[in-house]
Parts: sequence; structure tokens; C-alpha cells
Amino acid sequence: MEDKLNDDIGEAKRLQLWEMMLKLRLVEKKAYDLFLQNLIKGTSHLALGQEAIAGAFGIALQEGDYTFCTYRGHAHTLARGSSIEGVLGELMGRQCGLMKGKGGSMHLTDVDKGVMGSYAIIGAHLTIANGTALASKYNKTKEVSVCFFGDGTTNIGAFHEALNMAKIWDLPIVFVCENNLYMEYTAISEVTAVEHPAADRASAYSLDKIIVDGNDADEMYRTAQTAIKKARDGHGPSLIEAKTYRHSGHSRADPGKYRPDEEVKDWMENKDPIKNYRQKLLEFNIDEKTITGIESKIQQQVEEATNISKNSPIPDIKEIYTDVWADGGYKWHN
Amino acid sequence: MAQLTYRESVSLAIAQAMRKDPKVFFIGEDVGAAGGVFKATVGLLDEFGKERVMDAPISEQAILGAAMGAAMTGLRPIAEIMFSDFLAVCWDIIANQIAKTRYMSDGQINIPLVIRTANGGGSKFGAQHSQSLENWSMMIPGLKVVAPSCASDVLGLMDASVKDPDPVIFYEHKSLYASKEQLENTNLSIPLGQANILHEGADITIIGLALMAQRSKKAAQILKEKHNINAKVIDLRTLVPLDLQTINRSIIETGLVITVEENPRLCGWGAEISSLITEHCFSNLKGPVTRVTTPHVPLPSADILEDNTIPSVDLIINEVIKKVKGE
Repeated sequence: MEDKLNDDIGEAKRLQLWEMMLKLRLVEKKAYDLFLQNLIKGTSHLALGQEAIAGAFGIALQEGDYTFCTYRGHAHTLARGSSIEGVLGELMGRQCGLMKGKGGSMHLTDVDKGVMGSYAIIGAHLTIANGTALASKYNKTKEVSVCFFGDGTTNIGAFHEALNMAKIWDLPIVFVCENNLYMEYTAISEVTAVEHPAADRASAYSLDKIIVDGNDADEMYRTAQTAIKKARDGHGPSLIEAKTYRHSGHSRADPGKYRPDEEVKDWMENKDPIKNYRQKLLEFNIDEKTITGIESKIQQQVEEATNISKNSPIPDIKEIYTDVWADGGYKWHN
Repeated sequence: MAQLTYRESVSLAIAQAMRKDPKVFFIGEDVGAAGGVFKATVGLLDEFGKERVMDAPISEQAILGAAMGAAMTGLRPIAEIMFSDFLAVCWDIIANQIAKTRYMSDGQINIPLVIRTANGGGSKFGAQHSQSLENWSMMIPGLKVVAPSCASDVLGLMDASVKDPDPVIFYEHKSLYASKEQLENTNLSIPLGQANILHEGADITIIGLALMAQRSKKAAQILKEKHNINAKVIDLRTLVPLDLQTINRSIIETGLVITVEENPRLCGWGAEISSLITEHCFSNLKGPVTRVTTPHVPLPSADILEDNTIPSVDLIINEVIKKVKGE
């Protein structure tokens, strides 16, 4: 089927997708700038180049749905509607941060938006996402749980435990493997027995083999919609493998030099999801002014949120001793 | 008046929690149709059905992950890990995820779940099915640690653990499953962090947990009858939260203390308690704190080897006599 402006997705939804992806891109770029200014400490894992996946799911999901992402999760958090200052403030260790500086870049959490946490140890969150899905089934409610993870995750035991459990109990969950071709510094093909690290394992759990161009926002959106509907209608889990590429290294410490220059250039120039989607919108004869209008709106939002974060106080050191227990404290003896 | 084994009290405690609160469900390996490998969950599937008593695959990470995720939405799962030794295969979920998520999320997420597990030696199962691992969870901020020593404590502490808003690791002792108790009332609740005095005495304080608390009680009875030594036995019941006040009050009275631990020596829970006692009661002490533990070895299997590895009633008696005589 050839995409048309007034097809199943339509103009309004496409502009939403565009705006969403752009927001994810510009916030991530800002995070990088703030690193260089030494306003963000610690480590951070940028998802530049992978925006179409989180973005499409962000548009396709409903309020009340649960999402779980990895330490590369700024985009996935923003895609559920978390505030930019909540994310940037957390990266900067400010009071306006989503967790007031207690979690940091790798643990962004915003329960009110359904962001059930960002998980920094590979594999665990697939099993935990099963738990929110199990709760929906137990309570006979209609939330869908979505769990994002990288290609490297497909080689850890928890991945296999989680897929099996999701299938035997037909849980309302969507597993999304963002295959950016490198586990960290090593090509996933070097360390994996199958060509498609997630999709080729699907049959072992009686799941369909689903491979999608994760840099094509329209295709990603349709795939997301289908899997979410399947889960919501009570027809069980899906495993999606979305092919993508990260523009930057694995983490702050990594310039990504293990990747061939030609490969990087090809993905940056020819397969950038945002660049390509902008071109597509223009080809659909959407007014360029509309597009640039969205661009300047998002830029302004990011600048405003950056200022809010910079001006937000640092946390009170008393925060160290709060919230270990549900009573708010940390005492362990009387 | 009913006579109840520790084993029966486990299934009764779970059943009572499930009857009281529809948010409570139970998940584990071989727990439903089979009634548990220790037969401690017999009857639950019949009463509550498959939706609330879930037989899971051999996937400890997936079991605890599912329990955690469900707890994050407000359900109150009870998850079983068949042997406490198997906690090692799902330790990421416990120590990194369940324990830390509340803190890292700045209190956005509560995780009200109970992880039950069969702990401890005495069954000649060898080094990988006999460990006493309460100290593993004690050292992780964010976990509560419960280890009942009798049927009534199983009932009372399970009630409190299920109602607790924080994650609880509930260590049941394999060698206590067959122990019996006469109970007038089975609908019990015992607050976490409240130690129990199993034997009164003012000559020396013996601090134990689970099987070691029961052996200490037995030792105290013999010490009184045969050696004219009056030992106070404190069953801690829970390591986190810890009832330090009860310990301190007793030390002030006796001035002498031994801890009796089933774990190997290094970093056992008694080391922390010993440290707390010297901080809080140094001037009351008549001598150093003595720690009676399993030596720092993996647990062997053969009768004579295992029996001589885990602290016995005789060993406790001998250590107490030495201590009281100032040897």
C-alpha cells in the first residue's frame, strides 16, 4: 500500500508524529549540549536516530497504559507526555527533575504518565512489564503494557523467561526490540546465533515474526497500533523487532569509533527518521510554514524547559534519607 | 484449640491473607496443583482457583518480575522461590529492582509484595539447597527480612508482611515445617520489628532467629535444669526492621550476650548486631559479644558432617557455660 496524506494515518496524526519525534530529537540534543557544559554529570545514553520507535508508540498508546524502557529512555519518557523540564531537570540533578535527582538519567520514572521506570540492568524490565500486564488481566481492565529494549537484551536469560511467561498466560503486552545493530560496542551479529536477534527467536515462544523499519514513522505507527490492539483485545503478546541506528555512541563515554564511517554516514544521511519524515510531509504538500512553525514551537519549549531546569534549586541533602520505605523514611531499627 | 504444624500454618496464613484481600494472589513453581514441594501450600488452588494461585515455569526472574510489576499497580502478590538458594538466580530482580525502585522513583512506586522461600539446613540436601541466607537480604536497603520460628509466628508475621507496603523476604525454615504448636486462635497479626522472648533469664542473653531461636530455647531449658544458668532467649523474628530496644534492654540486665546464627561466619547478621550492641551498650557489657555460627564453609551433606556444621543445642550450651564462667 502506498502512503497517501489522507490514508489510514492521515494529516493530523502525521503532524503529531512529526512534532513528537522532533521533540525527542531536540531534547536529546539539548541533553548533549548540557553535558558539554558540564551541567549534566554521570552517564547518559542518547537515543538520537531512534525517535520513530518511541514516538510512534507514544502517539499510539492511551492514557493509563504502562511503558517500561531502558537506560536509553529519555525519549520513551517524553513520548508518554512527561515534561521536558522533568527529564532535563532529572539529568541535571535538580529539584524539578522527575525524581528530584534520586534516580538520574538511567531511571526516569513518571507513574502519572504511565512511565513505570527506566531500567539499567539488561533484561529485568521485561519480566517486570509482564507484572503490570498480569495485573491488567487479573483486574480485568484494558491497559496495555509496552516494554522497549535493545538488541543486546535478546541474549540474556530474562528475555526468554519473560517471553515464555507472557505467552503461556497470554498477557496484554508488547515487547519492542530496538535493534540498532550494536549491543554496546560489539556488533550484535558477532554475538548472536540468529540473524534477527528478536524476531528469529519469536517462533520459540509461538509468537509471530515481526520485523519493521524502525526509522519509518508511518510503518512504526501502524505496527504499534496493530500490536497494541491485539493486546487490548485480549489476544496476547507481540514481539516486534524494529531496525534502527543510534547516531551517537553507546553512552557519554563512547565516541562509537567501532562502527564503519560509511555505515554511520548512510544511516545519518539516508535513513534519519526525522529528516525523511519531514521530506515525506513536504511531498504530501503539507505547507512548509506548518512544519517550520512546529519546529520553532518545539525549539522554544526546549529552551524554556532548559531555563526552568537551570534555575531549579538543587535537592536538599535531606532527600538522601527519604523514601526507602513507604513511610517515607529509611529507619531499619527502633 | 487446634494443633497446627509450621507447614500447615504457611498455607493457612496465605489462605487467610487471600480471603481478606482480593488483591492478594500467589505465584510460584509447583505451588498449585502439587501443593508445593514442601507441601506448605496444599489446598490453595482448590480454594482460590488458577487465577489467584498460579503455577509458574522454572523462571525465577520472571516470577519475581511479574510479582514486582503487579505490586507496582497496587496488587499484593505472594511469590514463592522454592529454595532460598535459588534467590541467587533472581537476585537482580530482588536487590536491584524490587529493593531500589521506590527510592529511585522518589517514592512514586510502592512495591507491596512478599517473597516466601524455604531456607536453612538440617535436611542433608548439601550446599546448594540448605543455606541460611537472611543476611543476603539484610544488607540491601529497601528489603524487609522476616524469619518465623514457630507456627503462630508464621501466621502473625505473614499477616503483617502481606499488609506491609514494602517488599518482604519471608524465610521459612525447612527444619521447622514439621514442628507443631497448639493454637487457640489462628487469626494472628504480629508487627514486623517486634522480637519475642522465648525464655526468661537474667544471667546471659542469647539472640537467635528461626531454627537457631528454637535451639537456643531448648539450650536455655537445659541450662536452667542442669547447670543453674538462667538465659534470656530473644527470637528476633525480623532482621529488618530490627527490634534493637529489646536487645538493648536485655543486655543492660545480663551484661553477657551470644548470637546464634545458622549462616557461615563472615558478615552474618550477628556481626551487625554485635556492632550495634557495642555502640549502644558497651558500658553494660561484662565481656565481648560471642558469635556462634556455622563455620565459614559451604554446608556438607552427610549426616555427621551437617550435624556438626550447623550450631547445635549442645554447642550453644557449651558456649553459654564458657561465657558465664568467664572462660
